[in-house]
Amino acid sequence: MSEPVTIRLTVNGKRLEGRCEPRKLLVDFLREDLGLTGTHVGCEHGVCGACTVLFNGESARSCIMLAVQAEGAELGTIEGLAKNGEFHPLQQAFHENHGLQCGFCTPGMLMVALDFLRLNPAPTEAEIREAISAVLCRCTGYRDIVRSIAAAAEKMRAGGEGTR
Amino acid sequence: MAEPGRRPFIGQSLLRREDRRLLLGQGQYIGDLVLPRMLHAAFVRSPLAHARIRSVDLARAAAVPGVVFVLSGIELAQLLPPVPDHQVALPSKWRTAVHHHILNPQQSLLAADKVRHVGEAYAVVVAESRYAAEDAAALVDAVFEPLPAVVDPEEGLRPGAPIVHEQFGTNLIAELAVTKGDIDGALQRAPHRLQRRFHHHRYAALPIECRGVASAYDERTQSLTTWSATQVVHWVRREVAATLGMPEARVRCVALDVGGGFGIKGHVYPEDLLIPFLARRLGRPVKWIEDRHEHLMCSCHSRDQIHDVEIGFDKDGRILAYRDRFIADCGAFNPIGSGAIYNTIAHLAGPYRIDNFAAEARIVATNKVPNAPYRGAGRPEAALATERAIDLIAGTLGLEPAEVRRRNMIRPDQMPYNVGILYRDGEPIVYDGGDYPAALEQALAAVGGLEAFRRRQSEARRENRYLGLGLGCYTEGTGAGPFEGATVRIDPSGKIYVASGACPQGQGMETIFAQIVADTWSVSPDDVVIALADTSVIPLGFGTVASRSTVTLSAAIHHASERLRTKTFAIAANLLECGPEDLELRNGTVAVIGVPDMSVPLGRVAKAAQPGWDHGRPAGVEAGLEDTYYWEPPTVTWSYAVHVAVVEVDIGTGAVKIERYAVAHDCGVVVNPMLVEGQIIGGAVQGMGGALLERFVYDGEGQLHTGSLMDYLVPTASDVPDIALVHLHSPSPLNPLGVKGLGEGGAIAPPVAIANAVSDALAPFGAEFNTTPVLPEQVIAAVRRGAAHR
Amino acid sequence: MKPAQFEYHAPTTLDEAIQLLEQYQGEARLLAGGQSLMPMMNFRIVTPAALVDLNRISGLDYIRSDNGMVHVGAMTRHRTVEFSPVVAERLPLLAEAIKLVAHLPIRSRGTMGGSLAHADPAAELPMVLQALEGEVVARGHAGERVIKAADLFEGLMTTSLAADEIIVEARFPAMPPGAGFAVEEYARRRGDFAIAAVAALIERDGERCVKARLATAGVGPMATRLGDAETILVAGGLGDTVIEQAAAKAAEIVSPLSDPHASADYRRHLTHVLTARALRRARSIH
Repeated sequence: MSEPVTIRLTVNGKRLEGRCEPRKLLVDFLREDLGLTGTHVGCEHGVCGACTVLFNGESARSCIMLAVQAEGAELGTIEGLAKNGEFHPLQQAFHENHGLQCGFCTPGMLMVALDFLRLNPAPTEAEIREAISAVLCRCTGYRDIVRSIAAAAEKMRAGGEGTR
Repeated sequence: MAEPGRRPFIGQSLLRREDRRLLLGQGQYIGDLVLPRMLHAAFVRSPLAHARIRSVDLARAAAVPGVVFVLSGIELAQLLPPVPDHQVALPSKWRTAVHHHILNPQQSLLAADKVRHVGEAYAVVVAESRYAAEDAAALVDAVFEPLPAVVDPEEGLRPGAPIVHEQFGTNLIAELAVTKGDIDGALQRAPHRLQRRFHHHRYAALPIECRGVASAYDERTQSLTTWSATQVVHWVRREVAATLGMPEARVRCVALDVGGGFGIKGHVYPEDLLIPFLARRLGRPVKWIEDRHEHLMCSCHSRDQIHDVEIGFDKDGRILAYRDRFIADCGAFNPIGSGAIYNTIAHLAGPYRIDNFAAEARIVATNKVPNAPYRGAGRPEAALATERAIDLIAGTLGLEPAEVRRRNMIRPDQMPYNVGILYRDGEPIVYDGGDYPAALEQALAAVGGLEAFRRRQSEARRENRYLGLGLGCYTEGTGAGPFEGATVRIDPSGKIYVASGACPQGQGMETIFAQIVADTWSVSPDDVVIALADTSVIPLGFGTVASRSTVTLSAAIHHASERLRTKTFAIAANLLECGPEDLELRNGTVAVIGVPDMSVPLGRVAKAAQPGWDHGRPAGVEAGLEDTYYWEPPTVTWSYAVHVAVVEVDIGTGAVKIERYAVAHDCGVVVNPMLVEGQIIGGAVQGMGGALLERFVYDGEGQLHTGSLMDYLVPTASDVPDIALVHLHSPSPLNPLGVKGLGEGGAIAPPVAIANAVSDALAPFGAEFNTTPVLPEQVIAAVRRGAAHR
Repeated sequence: MKPAQFEYHAPTTLDEAIQLLEQYQGEARLLAGGQSLMPMMNFRIVTPAALVDLNRISGLDYIRSDNGMVHVGAMTRHRTVEFSPVVAERLPLLAEAIKLVAHLPIRSRGTMGGSLAHADPAAELPMVLQALEGEVVARGHAGERVIKAADLFEGLMTTSLAADEIIVEARFPAMPPGAGFAVEEYARRRGDFAIAAVAALIERDGERCVKARLATAGVGPMATRLGDAETILVAGGLGDTVIEQAAAKAAEIVSPLSDPHASADYRRHLTHVLTARALRRARSIH
């Protein structure tokens, strides 16, 4: 069927639902139907990574997924990182280390970093660079993003945040 | 202005105010804007590089469910004028002094008679969703009569070449020439001469956020608001008003959070005018978000200059004469006219003494995407020519390239140094301070030193490994006019409100201007309210291009604040019953010097300034506590830097790895060191992309082969190293704070530094890399040629 | 760019999926990981009448080892392969290659079956299937069959799968303990498709090369084995000169294509360089 379908999913721990055509991209569904504009569209080719979300806990590019694929799934987006207005250690580290300039790639960087640090809580600089090569940035030249993630990793190890 | 003993905010790496909303995912970019009953536009874009439009049939498109309106360029031509051809006026001082001949190709908002590049829009669809609009766009039936395409600018100048703009009878859009001294004589007399061609290729800014425009017309007030991901809200407002025949006072242009600009969003595009037209026509808001595929074929490309250099020098490597004849491929239209090209001319001499100089530029139209400034704006092209030429001089004489630079560099005791030609503003180019030789030494030291490198290079060669070191030096005119404005107002709350037409795209302006105003008014940065990128907050503005906002806005704030402070003191003196000369600004108050308890909060002064009964103003002082100042810079102020690249070349695969990279730069007084570093590194990485990865590829028919991010390669974190930074500070004498611009600088030198480094690495093969990008296949070819001759 | 409209189906059994493929007579596409398909659909390069989503079919996501074979269900994500202890132990060449596939977020979604069926000439997994002499199990209207790697890839983005056939499993013989292996890839950036790649697997007995397998990506319309180069190694051993000869032969026998990223000539050159490097590295593993 190409008729609109209802999609029920969990986003940032909250149960939500929306209705859209099967061809609607997941990133557009999040942004337009669910009003979560924190995830950005940079290419729709599946290359730039600005659209990266957590899909059932794993980083994935939402511009090359269909909204219908998220039926019953648990999604994590940038809007879900802070708790009660307080920054997640990653957000705090980006803030303290100038890990963002225009902010457009930042949702992708944060989601990839979150996934990556769960897999590798004590990364080297080279490993961080490799992990974030999944997301394109034009403003920062990457150095301060690498420093941000290294700082966050240290904080998260110390605070037992690794699985958050 | 603030009392002694208080630690200035200028110079501190204050964390950014912008961060909170952006990190929480609460930034508002043009793509996030939702307006009631909003419609979505999609453009129909030419699949051909050059063709006459015979007919456009919109019937099938109009019948798609959800489609509200369809329009072709043919129909629109009856309704609206083209985009203005020169958005940047040239000052009469320049026009009367510099030899130039400039033609103005006019761009229609939608192509009507011809399409002139793959990607040029010739129809638009407006629908309830972008999805439906794209469905309809695919059903527009156009009949084209293909024409031969001009793809090579030199071919485009030959008799019989297809003409992009037939009304001119030529593809030669502009000619510019500048001379100094006796170029012919000096070249003839020079003991040594070399000639080379350098090509700095076509690439572009590629911000992660594409362009976007949303407009809404309000029938009640007969006014229009347009939101655009732009760097120049006042330009957009001016052109929208002119196009729609409305008073500027009834048009408002706002830029929301902008996801990177780098120059590509720095002028008025056809969509900036067409979307407002549609919104007014349809009586509903209309939004257009450019997608990446479109972006690569309709947002401006940049660079793309071919330089034929002839340089005369003596046995010590001193440059005696420098002639550069170059061609700039401007694509199908030329929105910024001679801007970037004249920049090239103005920056060719770089940090060197060159007594005899001639530059002749030709701008040639081709059937490609139009060319407009991108970070560096003509300076990277100049750097490629000059800095490669210097390395070739060194090679000819068997000297170290660094040594040739030392011998030619202008020395600090020679500052201020009159270069002998004019800048784009018509003023003589005078380098206003700096220590180029020191920058060179410190940059080399930052990669471990030249001698140590040469030892390492020799050892590596014995192991058949190829390391190279390359330099890129430049000077950069920053803080250009014509003006920028600031309104400074003391709010009844006591906070300082500042409004300007500057347009941020990630530079951290909300933070740095809060720092500047905090120091100016002795308040906390948290007590500064900044309004930018909105024509409704200040009547006149220029915008953020050309590394100018820190310089121009800080100066405007300074002057507005000076005048306002006088008034503030007059009123405060009235309230405190003392003389204004007894007063100082102290921590958000106006206070009597030396008397801790006698002060009045700024907010109270603001209220006292209000008109009406029982105001607190002395006689002769007008109501209100606000001042607007438009600062017109005397001329540009000169930043500079030296870049050093150390590379390892894999002669098996041809891959070039940047092993180390250092930048020694000088941007005068630094407001926020952390943000300055971010700008330099960001620019340098973009430059590295231009050096090795990024390029547009057109075939002989003008088809674009790099229409996606799979083909246009943007550098990732794995492709670039960390970058060592060295800071020098020569305060500018041309503005109150002593600041210089730096937004663009990082991108100027990497292509040539890397071309020089690879040439150095493969010197044993006699290789020269005089074009960019430096590609692995070129490396392999150079190794093969060189190996054959050994 | 947004995809064109299509009919969407999310069957819960393989039989349903096969039926749907038959029903649409070649006008339907399978959605597995979507990492290759969705970009093409977003560009409207591909506009199928229907999409058959395989992600709701359970039982296709597994990694099992038995009788010297490692079985990987077709819907197993690259990410699962990347972190699988079974793969690390028994198929270390696959473990090395999988890290070269794009980036982590792509590997979260991309699948073994999808990658093999898509048969992109520059993709790593078809090369690995060739190098390890693996095979796929395909199920269609007529039942199930096994297709060896050498018989699976037929041409540019073309496999021998019928229009109604779905890969259900890929299986690889476990690598002999102590086998030498290496994957050498040249890409313009980390994670990009290979401009050229060579996977080498060698079994040795002292200086003698008992068995050699060389497979390529990026240097022809499909992943191929370099039989004639392998023969040189088996005949001549693993000395530097023989490796050089095998590398030269490899460059001779590939049929690379030209595109804006690399010319055929350069790809041929890379074949030579990467074959030699892969063999030297494989040789160094004891």
